[in-house]
Amino acid sequence: MAPHPARTQPTRRRDWSGLLFVLPFLAFFALFLVWPLVLGLGTSLTDTTLAKDGQFVGLANFGEALDDPVVWSSLWHTLLFTLLSTPLLVLVGLVFALLVHHLTPARWLWRLSFFAPYLLPSSAVSLIFVWIFQPDFGMADGALAALGLTPEIGWLSDPAVAMFSIVLATTWWTVGFNFLLYLAALQAIPDTYHEAAALDGAGGWRRLWTITLPLLRRTTGLIVVLQILASLKVFDQIYQMTAGGPEQSTRPVLLYVYQAGFTNFRIGYASAISYVFLGLVLVVALVQLRLFRSPEEAA
Amino acid sequence: MSTGDTTATRPVGSGPLWTTRRARRSVGDGTTRLGGGPLVTAALLVITAALAVLWVLPLVWAVLTSVKPEGETTAIPLRWLPSQWTLDAYHKVLAAGDILRWMANSLITATLTTVLVVLLSSLAAYGFARTTFPGRRTLLAITLAGVVVPPQLLVVPLFSEMVALNLVDTYWGVILPQVVAPAMVYILVRFFQALPREVEEAAVIDGASRWLIFWRIVLPLSRPVLAAVAIFTFISTWNNFLWPFVVTTDPGTMTLPVGLTVVQGSFGLRYAQIMASTVLAALPLLIVFVVFQRQIVRGVAHTGLSGQ
Repeated sequence: MAPHPARTQPTRRRDWSGLLFVLPFLAFFALFLVWPLVLGLGTSLTDTTLAKDGQFVGLANFGEALDDPVVWSSLWHTLLFTLLSTPLLVLVGLVFALLVHHLTPARWLWRLSFFAPYLLPSSAVSLIFVWIFQPDFGMADGALAALGLTPEIGWLSDPAVAMFSIVLATTWWTVGFNFLLYLAALQAIPDTYHEAAALDGAGGWRRLWTITLPLLRRTTGLIVVLQILASLKVFDQIYQMTAGGPEQSTRPVLLYVYQAGFTNFRIGYASAISYVFLGLVLVVALVQLRLFRSPEEAA
Repeated sequence: MSTGDTTATRPVGSGPLWTTRRARRSVGDGTTRLGGGPLVTAALLVITAALAVLWVLPLVWAVLTSVKPEGETTAIPLRWLPSQWTLDAYHKVLAAGDILRWMANSLITATLTTVLVVLLSSLAAYGFARTTFPGRRTLLAITLAGVVVPPQLLVVPLFSEMVALNLVDTYWGVILPQVVAPAMVYILVRFFQALPREVEEAAVIDGASRWLIFWRIVLPLSRPVLAAVAIFTFISTWNNFLWPFVVTTDPGTMTLPVGLTVVQGSFGLRYAQIMASTVLAALPLLIVFVVFQRQIVRGVAHTGLSGQ
């Protein structure tokens, strides 16, 4: 046990009792994260299927994965989804937060409206949007028809459109989380900043650009990092809304992993694709760490 | 947990949060935060209301579909309102029985997962933040690296592991892999590090053990952030799809999101019933949010995730 002065002294007594606090978590961490990670890597070097334990095949699965056009196209779909959804989810979240933060009347109502979809399971979101995107009697077409438009959009049936429809549904579903993070950050900005600027004659629009947005920079960095990592993991809503179609135009890499493993029963090959993808995620994470690393975390 | 209580126990160390509430009281004209004339305010109010309507429209449409007679759901041109309001679809969905079972399964697995996450993560975070055992930094770094690993990638090897452990189609099979939450450990480490040490040090001088300090001092001081961790763990576990989908095949152990996806097939094209089950599935967490809205919104600030 470290008595008070120990904190400032350069040498500390070896104290193993702290390990007891960490051990229970580490046990689960090892069993259900590290072990499957190692197991997967081992499996990726074999031709294991769901039915039988495989033979060691070296890097054959990785070679096949790199030659498999579906790996590349599904990686591209994951990337495309990330590129389309991240800016939308960050910007819409910011705009909603600025509006709700600015308005006092019925704030709880606006907050509830924008956050509510985040509380739905992906299955509910997918069922609702498949229903909305129905041709002819769906709400999307119905709403456009009410505006006098009948553009005949194949929301989920046209390979050129389906990914955009999925991004739209995803924005509706998950923007509430970023919205709440921005709202919390806005509430932490002392009003005295604004009051001082107002005394100096700065209007609301000007204060938004010179005070609020610059103060939100750190928050934005964090939200972008979290959002990119979350978007790269896309699976649920695509699996449920289009199953990767039409013509595999929306199949993300995680769906291909799932299909290779549980539909084609090629566990070894599925693991190899997993590791190719994990490599990509790690690269993205490391780049972000370099870009957004805050000084305090270096300590 | 009362409002006064949370304010009183809020750590002095976390500066910005402390100023938040006081700053909010000094708001200028009462209707807007940033000033601007009444015209600007009115315009922003209209924009916000329009966006809010747009945002709840999909939910409203789901509810409207669910209360229509089945024949009207696919009318062309589309009918916004039912000619005759009916709860028929709800009766049929509830009579089929499975949805209540799935809700119970979700409630059990999400609750147990949440309890375990809060317990394991807060213990580990305290160990990382406040004790000095050798290897602490390395273990913390490994834990943080775990944040980056997409859980979906582990599904295939985890399934093999669950087969070996004989946990397929059991609650524990659903729960155990979800108990590992390195991101929550990270949030709690940062929070504990920001707590003032003085109180703990006084307790040490009085001869209190580490366990006592953790249970009697640190945890009570951390109630808001623990609530936030619990709430977000519960939401994400309640809604998690892929892992429960893989590890359960028996409708008796399926969770709500998994059952809902399966349901689509069994209802064929009965849209009123599909939407009724969707609405029922959405309801529990919506109610929880309406009740705990203030705590949840404030909890986010305590996670430090907002970057302030």
